[in-house]
Amino acid sequence: MENKLEVENLSHSYQTRRALNGVSFSVSCGEIFGLLGPNGSGKTTLFRILSTLIPVTSGTVRILGYDLTSEVKAIRNLLGVVFQHPGLDVKLTVTENLRHHGHLYGLSGKTLHRRISELLEYVGVSDRASDRVEVLSGGLQRRVEIAKAILHSPRVLLLDEPTSGLDVTARRQLNDYLRVLADTENILVLLTTHLLDDAEACNRVGILDNGSLVALGAPDELKAQVGGDVVLIEGKSKETLSTAIAEKFGVSPVLTDGQLRVECERGHEFVRDVVAAFPNQIQTVRFGRPTLEDVFIKLTGNPFVR
Amino acid sequence: MQKILLPITTIWWREIIRFYRQRSRLFSAIAQPLVFWILIGSGLNASFRPVGSVNGQSYIEYFYPGIVVLVLLFTSIFATISVVNDRREGFLQGVLVAPVPRWRIVFAQALGGTTLALLQGVLLLILAPMAGIQFGVASLLFTLSVMTLLAFGLTNLGLLIAWRMESTQGFHAIMNLLLIPIWLLSGAFFPSTGAPGWLAWTMKFNPLTYGLAAFRHSLYLDTTVKAFGEGPPWALSMLITGLFCVLTYVGATLTASAQTN
Repeated sequence: MENKLEVENLSHSYQTRRALNGVSFSVSCGEIFGLLGPNGSGKTTLFRILSTLIPVTSGTVRILGYDLTSEVKAIRNLLGVVFQHPGLDVKLTVTENLRHHGHLYGLSGKTLHRRISELLEYVGVSDRASDRVEVLSGGLQRRVEIAKAILHSPRVLLLDEPTSGLDVTARRQLNDYLRVLADTENILVLLTTHLLDDAEACNRVGILDNGSLVALGAPDELKAQVGGDVVLIEGKSKETLSTAIAEKFGVSPVLTDGQLRVECERGHEFVRDVVAAFPNQIQTVRFGRPTLEDVFIKLTGNPFVR
Repeated sequence: MQKILLPITTIWWREIIRFYRQRSRLFSAIAQPLVFWILIGSGLNASFRPVGSVNGQSYIEYFYPGIVVLVLLFTSIFATISVVNDRREGFLQGVLVAPVPRWRIVFAQALGGTTLALLQGVLLLILAPMAGIQFGVASLLFTLSVMTLLAFGLTNLGLLIAWRMESTQGFHAIMNLLLIPIWLLSGAFFPSTGAPGWLAWTMKFNPLTYGLAAFRHSLYLDTTVKAFGEGPPWALSMLITGLFCVLTYVGATLTASAQTN
């Protein structure tokens, strides 16, 4: 069996709006792949196609060697899916939710029972097994969702915005779980996110904008494309300041989020010089290493709107 | 075999357990029809003088089968409303990505709604003596079978609508514009005998007319008294009610398949 998820030239339209535009990428087992993009970038559409909820209309998707158009049933057996909106029935207990899920995948009896206790142990929710889901905190519910999604031992795990609504600690824990799953079980993990921190934790990232994949690679590789440093400047009259800086230093500032953003090689010297050159126009200067957000801005020319 | 039954029973079981844990729903689906029956039944009792009435059947008695069917209608339809929300975001999405064919999912949902509707219907059946209707074992068995068919058909009708609805508001509109009139014009509220021609014809084409007729026949199976306003004959009523079940189920399955991958 092939151990890749391959998307080739995938496009999708809703009536008149084109949501995906010739997207191609490939992910291997044991890898965590993040689809990063602002709202409306097409990542939810892509997710719904991969999770078999909407059909492929143009292009091809192969998951572990199976074609998503003609072999949906085989693919469904391999997939574990965590949706953005809670997929648990809050009126049922944790165990009941997992048992229901197991039955859908043909697991039953002792095998299922053992698997449920194993997984609840694994995600650390054993002591809440017979509580109704509605009394659990958001973080705990998310862990139960993960347990549910991997209950039937899928080879591919798809997660739509898995960290939304979680606090920092819970987010880090979740990312650690995913890492363990990818490393020890050789599971292929694909997640969508609009959070740069989550994307940083992935092996590779694809950045989606307006239905197209604008960047693809390891977070460090992508950041290396941006160049040396990023300097953010806030000032009174931004347009005039922008032209003045461009003329004096031969750089091209971009106006995003009310700030002038300048990429340059030796950022610390540039900060010193720019403040000395325009002491009255500049209010704040920030200096930093490039982030994935800078990659997005560089490639699309737009601010990353969440 | 187990692989086919397991998903069906587990989806069915969830519907039942959910309902059991939100018992107030039970109350709301049965209270309204009951109030209708008592108020409208008592209010119209004196002025109910339909054409062709021979046994002096009271309106309370005439209206009773209609009220049972209304409870079946309400419960089965309410049981399907969760599909609207669950499909777009929530529990049902997880079911849809599982390797379970759509016909099995729909069948399990329909069984769930049918069971709930039957439970409520039986609660109401206990009140039959209050309507002056008495039945024996054979009649009871037939009545339960007809109620099962009706509940199954109505749940599937609800599913057929719910699977293509984007919002629950839309669902409520359909409920008021389509489902309530279907019930009103089924002979539940008034017999077709005294109705003007166009109305009597509309009632003839209403599938629920036959369901209600089958139900009336089964209630009066043991007695020599004929049900007034029984409408179409027994065999035809059963046949059309059975057909209604099959068609709505096939329709609901096709809709579910068309709406999802």
